[in-house]
Amino acid sequence: MVDPVLSLRDLRVTFNTPNGDVLAVRGIDLDVHPGEAVGIVGESGSGKTVTFLATMGLLPKRAAITGSARVMGTEVVRASRKALNKVRGQQISMIFQDPLSALNPVHRVGDQIVEMLDAHQSLTRRAAERRAVNLLDVVGIPQPDQRARQYPHEFSGGMRQRAMIAIAIANDPKVLIADEPTTALDVTVQAQILDVLQRIRAEMGTAIVMITHDLGVVARIADRVAVMYAGRVVEMADVHSLYAQPTHPYTDGLLQSIPRIGLDRLVPIPGSPPNMLQPPPGCAFAPRCRFAEPVCRQALPELIPFRDSQTACVRIGEIELGVPV
Amino acid sequence: MTAPLLEVTDLTKEFVVRGSSGIMQTRAVVHAVSDVSFELEPGQTLGLVGESGSGKTTLGRCVLQLLEPTAGSIRFEGREIVGLGRGELRKLRRDMQIVFQDPQASLDPRVTVGTSISEPLRVQGIKGDHKSRVAELLDVVGLSPDHARRFPHEFSGGQRQRIGIARALSLDPKFMVLDEPVSALDVSIQAGVINLLQDLQSQLSLSYLFIAHDLSVVRHISHQLAVMYLGRLVEVGPAEELYTAAAHPYTQALLSAVPEPDPIIERERLRLTLTGEVPSPINLPSGCRFRTRCPKAQDRCAQEEPALIDRGCGHPVACHFPETMAPEMDVAHVAAEIAGHDDLG
Repeated sequence: MVDPVLSLRDLRVTFNTPNGDVLAVRGIDLDVHPGEAVGIVGESGSGKTVTFLATMGLLPKRAAITGSARVMGTEVVRASRKALNKVRGQQISMIFQDPLSALNPVHRVGDQIVEMLDAHQSLTRRAAERRAVNLLDVVGIPQPDQRARQYPHEFSGGMRQRAMIAIAIANDPKVLIADEPTTALDVTVQAQILDVLQRIRAEMGTAIVMITHDLGVVARIADRVAVMYAGRVVEMADVHSLYAQPTHPYTDGLLQSIPRIGLDRLVPIPGSPPNMLQPPPGCAFAPRCRFAEPVCRQALPELIPFRDSQTACVRIGEIELGVPV
Repeated sequence: MTAPLLEVTDLTKEFVVRGSSGIMQTRAVVHAVSDVSFELEPGQTLGLVGESGSGKTTLGRCVLQLLEPTAGSIRFEGREIVGLGRGELRKLRRDMQIVFQDPQASLDPRVTVGTSISEPLRVQGIKGDHKSRVAELLDVVGLSPDHARRFPHEFSGGQRQRIGIARALSLDPKFMVLDEPVSALDVSIQAGVINLLQDLQSQLSLSYLFIAHDLSVVRHISHQLAVMYLGRLVEVGPAEELYTAAAHPYTQALLSAVPEPDPIIERERLRLTLTGEVPSPINLPSGCRFRTRCPKAQDRCAQEEPALIDRGCGHPVACHFPETMAPEMDVAHVAAEIAGHDDLG
């Protein structure tokens, strides 16, 4: 088997705040294989963004990170800045929801791509500029040579996200982390950006980690999905099994709460996500789960193989998911 | 047939923006809403969809007279409401209310939830037991009566949106504008608020103008659907009919861009990806406003603005060349056409 391009082992992130320690990520194990598209699904506060900011070494100092995150075999947790800078942009890149705040407003878009190329390759200025124009063309920006000389404010939202993707893929990374890259965009523009990401994956063999709350986007783009709740992965499965036969009550609840063709009435998940200053004992979903029993509150459930999935539920096998009676 | 509760005719809203370029004063007109007409019947939901900048929020605010329309007529229960005086408008607002997208911003953080919910009663000078009315309203929206003494920061996003709904309901309105009411909420929470809105509608026979960019939510809640592009309605009809047999190329593209939460459907269906950018509402294209991005555009589209009329497909559509053949066929045909003369899908 080929080595994973990204490998997380028992990754944990705790934020020290005046109110106490917030346990944002509580032990994540995840492998991303070359060229694979992995969807990370979860609601706000589930720890999906923090997990990957930790992997990129982008969290503030007050965040305590333990466990391991390896990119192409290189450990990035507690790595030096110099070591991190070798990995970031070269082997792993990240794009964000809001491209305007990620782009530098006072530099031309082309120069920002050149800066990324200069950080990892020794190209002549002319060659780097040519490559920058070429990258803008790859991400589908019309008239790339003129666009390269413009500033971010002259770009529309969709064009800015394309420019961010061009910067992220400049050094042909093995993994691209996309954190809600289309959430701020209109659906027709979202469709264009997803096309670009799918094409990059097909043509360059880049693995994509798509962080999103949108189960439609995941259905379109991912091979494999990890569902996160309260800082843990509660279910991991290939995309078809996950949608056809969810095995964790939270995944099942999510799928029933979104409007779908032929669904007359939505089934909300009662309650709200836990406060991560004091996560509930045992399974964090238990307080909202219609199948919860005292046993659920005793120990943190681990992911165990079940049918075609891996599921963190101790009552797995005893419960029948689907529409509640 | 029942008389419409709301009749909007040729509604237009333009904003004048002044700026300067060098020593020259410039004046430009933003055409936010142009000649929009629709009707809404009691107990029905009209879903208004369109992308950012299409004018849907401006339209919603004009209907409530929160913005004064530049031209056009709005009749509520048969009475013209454009040009009413302040006193008359205040009376009217008992019947017309609004729920905003961001419940955090629309509730005063310094007063209790009970005070916020009863504020419309005080503004309207309604005497009586506000406390028990607040308790009743909290119960209706699925919260507990003793929540009235708490402050907005003590609630989650979904609960705050329920408080916003309770406030809108306090005056027993007949009609509510719901402006992206669930967009800021997580999906598991969103479902509860959507169910609440549907229950309230059937219990109180409320009419909704539901503004949203999430087309799957709109499909779920709407009876009628109106699609807006650059300030104009391009297609109006029964929601299910539009989702299955849209005739306007923009509606078709918009609907085909929405990702379905089902990997099999999502991977097998044909997608019609639009290219280009939405033109500025200051410099509108001549003729049809969609023609610059339309795969079917012809000379006629640049010369003549298509009217929103029934062109033989059962509902009004503003396109010179509407087509509602088998949806799969249609999409494949247009997609092939796009692929023919375009550098990127």
